[in-house]
Amino acid sequence: MTAGASSKDILLAVSHVSLSFGGAKAINSFSFEVERRSICSLIGPNGAGKSSMLNILNGVYVPQEGLITYNGTTFERMEPLKVAAMGVARMFQNNALFGKMTVLENVMAGLSRKAKTTVIEHALGLPRARQESASFELKSDQAIDFLDLNPYRDLVVEALPYGIQKRVGLARALVSDPEMILMDEPMAGMNKEEKQEMSGFILDINKKLGITIILIEHDISVVMSLSDRVVVLDYGRKLADGRPEDVAKNPEVISAYLGTVH
Amino acid sequence: MKTNAGQMTVETSLQINAKPQTRKLPSASTIAFVILVLTAPLFASHYWLMAIITPVMILSLAGIGLNIKTGYAGMVSVGAGAFMAVGAYGMFNFAAHGGITNFPLALLLGGISAAIAGYLFGLPSSRIKGFYVMVTTLAAQFFVEWLFTKNAYFYNYGSVPTITLPPMTLFDLDINGNNTIRYYVVVIIVLLMTLAAKNIIHSHVGRNWMAIRDMNTAAGVIGIDSARYKRLAFTIGSFYLGIAGALWAFLFLGTASTLSFDINRSFQVLFIIIIGGLSSIRGNFIGAAFILLLPILIDYMVKATLGSALNPGFLSNMNKVIFGSLIIILLIKEPEGFDKMLRNLTGYIKRRKS
Ligand SMILES: Nc1ncnc2c1ncn2[C@@H]1O[C@H](COP(=O)(O)OP(=O)(O)O)[C@@H](O)[C@H]1O
Ligand SMILES: [Mg+2]
Repeated sequence: MTAGASSKDILLAVSHVSLSFGGAKAINSFSFEVERRSICSLIGPNGAGKSSMLNILNGVYVPQEGLITYNGTTFERMEPLKVAAMGVARMFQNNALFGKMTVLENVMAGLSRKAKTTVIEHALGLPRARQESASFELKSDQAIDFLDLNPYRDLVVEALPYGIQKRVGLARALVSDPEMILMDEPMAGMNKEEKQEMSGFILDINKKLGITIILIEHDISVVMSLSDRVVVLDYGRKLADGRPEDVAKNPEVISAYLGTVH
Repeated sequence: MKTNAGQMTVETSLQINAKPQTRKLPSASTIAFVILVLTAPLFASHYWLMAIITPVMILSLAGIGLNIKTGYAGMVSVGAGAFMAVGAYGMFNFAAHGGITNFPLALLLGGISAAIAGYLFGLPSSRIKGFYVMVTTLAAQFFVEWLFTKNAYFYNYGSVPTITLPPMTLFDLDINGNNTIRYYVVVIIVLLMTLAAKNIIHSHVGRNWMAIRDMNTAAGVIGIDSARYKRLAFTIGSFYLGIAGALWAFLFLGTASTLSFDINRSFQVLFIIIIGGLSSIRGNFIGAAFILLLPILIDYMVKATLGSALNPGFLSNMNKVIFGSLIIILLIKEPEGFDKMLRNLTGYIKRRKS
């Protein structure tokens, strides 16, 4: 912990991060903080740079400028494997599931990084390898059960409805006992009931399991009801940052949102 | 639901199968297949054992090796023959130069040679993508052919560039002369290695390969080291190809050269996995049987319908035309291969029954 830290328990701090693709700036000196065990929403119009920000956190994109502090350690750039090992999981905007694998296999893949057994132990079917696989399966089944995915367990994911795929993506993220989950539009394309159901899962994950969440979401009513904090991004710049009720009153936010069609 | 006793058992067994379980029992068709190849020497002719089942089993094993790289890990390889050659030449050289005449040990060392070659040629795969990975495997093909033809050391300075094993030992069994023993050695090695491949595919290793194949970025973000698992696929796939190559050279052909493992062999193994079905273990056996039996069948049919007076050159061309057309038709009808077709069919029959 740095000397100047306030009483707030900050899990993630992004400081003056900039990212450009060729000449185009996607993110411009963007800073925000996420408190441990909170839900922080990242909102803004399409193309604002929200997904790019998550990709920076995951180490998929490398920012030209800025620092990221996670759990007290500061990084100039993140690396996907290390980020995963630190306990950061991700739900992708396009789901990014493993299309030809079953729901169970997709969820079990979320545990792969915890595997301690070798390929030779598996080839020979040794007890240690079988025990590990069985424990992965048991753990995955718990995640599948938690997200009501039992009927789909052994089906190939690419054929499943979009809303179910979103839940598979969440199960895959959840199964590894992450400290934080980055959720990129987990409710896009869902109807009201499905959104309510997903909101319920997100609240449970946050409140019961104590997992910190960064949520990208367009539905303002969902954002207002779920978030502890809302950060507004507009064309790569931070427009507002604060408690949901304060952000909702911000005139700049209102005008930016009135100018956008969803 | 009105059923008699016989149908009831079918219904119940289906329900049991539908219940998820960690260790899946082998299917009835798998058990039947294993029993068939293990008992074949009791009823099949020498021709069937040595000229049909043996090569089908060996090429199925090669198919598994290529399927690990291409079907499961998603890296197209057109150099299967190269790694088969390294397996065969590796085994030969450990026997000829290293004096290792213990058959299983020499075979294992041949497989390990191929695995090392696979690892080395797989190194670029973590940095480059798709088409360029294919080009590396093609480079492997030509490099290996050059290496084993132009360097007499590798064929032990023989007068012709061919390799034949010195007399080998296998416990107290006569691996050098007894055909039944050769047959069983091939069948048992292939069956055990198939079981091992199945275990690997159903482990986190197999899931990681498929995850990299289906969505590489997401695989990285959930903590799967894609570079490492690509190299592993190259290594293990090549080990399988190497063992298959050594068996092909010494237990099927007897004497081999780089011609036994040229680009045609590579394409033959590639066709086997495409026809049988990518990322299917059973598909390799179906594909290998199809590829090896179809020409014999066409030959037989053409002779039966057009008479045996035909010009043999014409017959062999005719065979190629029919063979090629059938493959194209098959791939248009079922791009996912015979294994998928079979699964669709069994699914259809089950639905009809219920
Ligand atoms: N890989 C990429 N290459 C080039 N431009 C990109 C890439 N990813 C995102 N962008 C650009 O960055 C900007 C922000 O995109 P994104 O982060 O996806 O926005 P959001 O998720 O807020 O809708 C857009 O202009 C987009 O076109
Ligand atoms: Mg986005």
